[in-house]
Amino acid sequence: MATIVVEVMLKPEILDPQGQAVAAALPRLGFTFATSVRQGKRFEIEVAGTPTAERLAEVEKAAETLLSNPVIETFLVKVEA
Amino acid sequence: MRIGVVTFPGSLDDSSALRAIRLAGGVPVPLFHASDDLKEVEAVVLPGGFSYGDYLRCGAISRFAPIMSSVIIAAEHGFPVLGICNGFQILCESHLLPGALTRNQGLHFVCTDQPLTVENNTTPWTSGYTKGDRLVIPIKNGEGSFQASAETLHQLESEGRVVLRYAGTNPNGSKNDIAGITNARGNVVGVMPHPEQAIESLTGPSTDGLTFFTSVLHSLVGR
Repeated sequence: MATIVVEVMLKPEILDPQGQAVAAALPRLGFTFATSVRQGKRFEIEVAGTPTAERLAEVEKAAETLLSNPVIETFLVKVEA
Repeated sequence: MRIGVVTFPGSLDDSSALRAIRLAGGVPVPLFHASDDLKEVEAVVLPGGFSYGDYLRCGAISRFAPIMSSVIIAAEHGFPVLGICNGFQILCESHLLPGALTRNQGLHFVCTDQPLTVENNTTPWTSGYTKGDRLVIPIKNGEGSFQASAETLHQLESEGRVVLRYAGTNPNGSKNDIAGITNARGNVVGVMPHPEQAIESLTGPSTDGLTFFTSVLHSLVGR
């Protein structure tokens, strides 16, 4: 069994008010390291066996059509052991 | 004139939309997400609400409901479709309209009587207005910030496809104060304000919204 991870992020040019709110909250807790924060989504998809190139291509397709909205988001597909 | 209103799991304003159609003089027809049957309606309204709990992204899962495959095919053949609030989000996710609706700039759910300007009165849903009309129609959403690429915005503006614009203060950070747009053909319209909530003086801030529903009836008669 393997885990395929899909990470979805808003494109840099799209305003991320949630990330901004997190960035504004950090200094209130004494964390002063952040110059900016952007918030995204992570999907962990369990699949049987070792993912083949074909299976990964299917996941890419699913990420493009359902898991992300290409108008405002980008995505990254990777396999975790 | 039979006008359909689709109920998705989590739709809220479907009954208000059906009522608005009836008060405008049409025959309201309830449609269900799990069926692909448009029941011989001549136009469709996708109502407001939180279909599928807004899971994943607003409208992202509704897009794949069986009824939407019929709506998408019909829309591509010129059938009038109006998406209100969550319906607008569904139309963007379905790629029937460009752009996307994202989290409001102030992060708050905004519920207010919103001043608007009519920018395009050539669609079947807005033909009863005059360009430049000032309306007051409620908005109520958490994810109403219209976002699109610079090229898409340029195309929408240069082709006159902005239907409604926020007047006064922009409530949510929408690009170019956009409150509603149409597709290239002009038959598919998405708006964030709720015209079905502004049809009677007893319950709404105005009756400015009723014209959306009378317009489509006149457009269908005139065809």
